[in-house]
Amino acid sequence: MKPRHKRFVMVAAGIAALGIAAALVLSAFEKNLVFFYTPSQVVANEAPQGRSFRIGGLVAPGSVQRQADGITVRFVVTDTAQSMPVAYRGPLPDLFREGKGVVAQGKLGADGVFSASEVLAKHDENYMPPEAAEAVAKAHSGNPTGSTTVVVPAPATGGR
Amino acid sequence: MNQPVLLAGGINVFKYAAPQTFYPLAGKMIPWFGWIAAAFCAAGLYVGFFVAPTDHQQGESYRIIFIHVPAAWMSMFIYVVMAFWAGVGLIFNTRLSHMMVSALVPTGAMFTFVALWTGALWGKPTWGTWWAWDARMTSELILLFLYFGFMALQAGIDDARRADRAGAVLALVGVVNIPIIYFSVKWWNTLHQGASVSLTSAPTMATTMLTGMLLMALAAWMYTIAAALHRVRSIILEREHGATWINEYAETKA
Repeated sequence: MKPRHKRFVMVAAGIAALGIAAALVLSAFEKNLVFFYTPSQVVANEAPQGRSFRIGGLVAPGSVQRQADGITVRFVVTDTAQSMPVAYRGPLPDLFREGKGVVAQGKLGADGVFSASEVLAKHDENYMPPEAAEAVAKAHSGNPTGSTTVVVPAPATGGR
Repeated sequence: MNQPVLLAGGINVFKYAAPQTFYPLAGKMIPWFGWIAAAFCAAGLYVGFFVAPTDHQQGESYRIIFIHVPAAWMSMFIYVVMAFWAGVGLIFNTRLSHMMVSALVPTGAMFTFVALWTGALWGKPTWGTWWAWDARMTSELILLFLYFGFMALQAGIDDARRADRAGAVLALVGVVNIPIIYFSVKWWNTLHQGASVSLTSAPTMATTMLTGMLLMALAAWMYTIAAALHRVRSIILEREHGATWINEYAETKA
């Protein structure tokens, strides 16, 4: 073997070993690398107990209620399988909408209400002009299978 | 060296692996790539700001995508190219490969910084926060530190050959981070949205938006090539000063 070949084998083996090590570390830490937990995970007791964490999902349509004080907001976060009521005092981001993604940080109360200290909007990866969005919405409500539009909004699930 | 590899046109590609032949070639290529970059950038910005429609959800703030996404792609791609040349340099002991790595690093760091900065500017109006420790953003920040670390490591070692080899090892080690950045939005729940453009599925963007973004991506490629060639010429001069070919070259140019 020429020295050049030897060096090639060493570099290749080094990268392979490093890749395997990284894969092992990442799979070991997998649970800790999530930015938020879905309501289903919270129901399954996978979320940390007794300390603050984030939940993420969609704002359930029709669930947003402003309280009489004008600053407290109540809404329901859902991942379509499970839902969780959230209470939050403070300004909401501009992209906070019913039916859209949201991530809230806070604590789960004994009454099952998640009291949030921070609410972030999570937008999806679909970019289109408003007219196209209307057309997609129309096609979905009228004829769910007949849509031939190139830009189709993927159902934004909590797993994203 | 092996038998010289001849291309169809009879050009010996190994000839250009030597700094003294690469130096004038790079000098001739820089203006071409520079002007093409400027043309793509002008076209991309025009499409991005005047042709592409407003987004249905984010309004006008999505337009930062025309800078953010090309910068983020480039920040990852430059690192891969860097790692490739680092590997070539380690295996074949070629001086020019190591110089190429050093020449690419500042541009890579710049694009990483631009991606992070524009991301923060984008995050505030859309998500409601400048920064979050989610997997995509954190791994991109690690990339910035890898670029800075490379520069610090090379600057900290006086002997150029040792500095090259230490840097090359760091570049190769850091390359694990690239798939982590790229797939982070798939593997974990992140605040950052998933990919709109991927190799495996149709883009989830309106066509004019996509056109503007791809034009800007091409501009970033051309700029990177021009900047790296420019920098590698300076590095060649610095490293090879005193070599007879430089004096001869300077005389023929004078």
